[in-house]
Amino acid sequence: MELANIEKLIEKYENAETSLQEEQMLKEYFLQKDIPDHLFEYKALFHYFNDSSTEHFTKPITLKSKKAYWKWMSVAAVALLLIGIYSINIFDKPSDTERQEAEFALLETKKAFQLISQNLNKGENVAFAGLQEFEKAQNKIFKTNK
Amino acid sequence: MNQAEFLNTVLPLKDKVFRLAKRLLISIDEAEDATQELFLKLWKNKKKLTKYRSVEAFAMTMTKNYCLDQLKAKRSNNLTLVHSNYKDTTISLERSIELKDCVNRVHSLIENLPEKQKIIIQLRDIENFEFEEIGKILDLQPTAVRVSLSRARKTIREQLIKQQNYGIS
Repeated sequence: MELANIEKLIEKYENAETSLQEEQMLKEYFLQKDIPDHLFEYKALFHYFNDSSTEHFTKPITLKSKKAYWKWMSVAAVALLLIGIYSINIFDKPSDTERQEAEFALLETKKAFQLISQNLNKGENVAFAGLQEFEKAQNKIFKTNK
Repeated sequence: MNQAEFLNTVLPLKDKVFRLAKRLLISIDEAEDATQELFLKLWKNKKKLTKYRSVEAFAMTMTKNYCLDQLKAKRSNNLTLVHSNYKDTTISLERSIELKDCVNRVHSLIENLPEKQKIIIQLRDIENFEFEEIGKILDLQPTAVRVSLSRARKTIREQLIKQQNYGIS
């Protein structure tokens, strides 16, 4: 491209009036080898722009958030808790012999209580009879006072 | 937006996001962290992405906001930016080496521009966005973008010529 043309474009460029196509033309021109001395600073500028636009992000991007990680942690915690409760229930269940022993003990205790209550009833009747006697005697004694 | 769509439309933007983040945050490490963080955010909001007309512009807006927030947080913490990305510029008499020097100098000149101008230079001259798109990303009128860009370009050029003439950087 002619130098006069380039200079015109540069002026437009300075005023930010160039289109993207015109800027591309300028860039191509200044990336060449021989540039007149008075435009040297533009050569540096466009070289810099060109270098910068080829920079890349090389690290891998991880898209898994820490939040999801915590979500799974809570799931694991709930699972552990359930397993814990379940196993406690399993181990606490008595074996068959234990159950028989317990039933036997229950029957024995019931028998014992039955015996106690029978005897108590007997005693109660005796005491009640005594009380009636006492009342009769009392009536006899206090009859005169009435 | 499903996973395949995300991989095809959003993931290729990673270089642009990274370059803009690096332009603003200066340090490569921080730009990498920012890119990672931003893609995680985009991934989480992938269902909403279809609502935006241009995912690219949306990603650029997010990058800009995120980086400016980072910078603000840093300033309030009174931390200075530590970076060692660019090389020491020693002046040489050779033309070819001088070009390299000049290219490096452009980098530090852009670094010294105000943030808005930095973003505009990055989006226009490196990523080749249209003025309307830049306006949308920055929430500015296209004419305001033009004015800022013109100012930035003139500043860079003046500084380059100044350094050229005095031979000092």
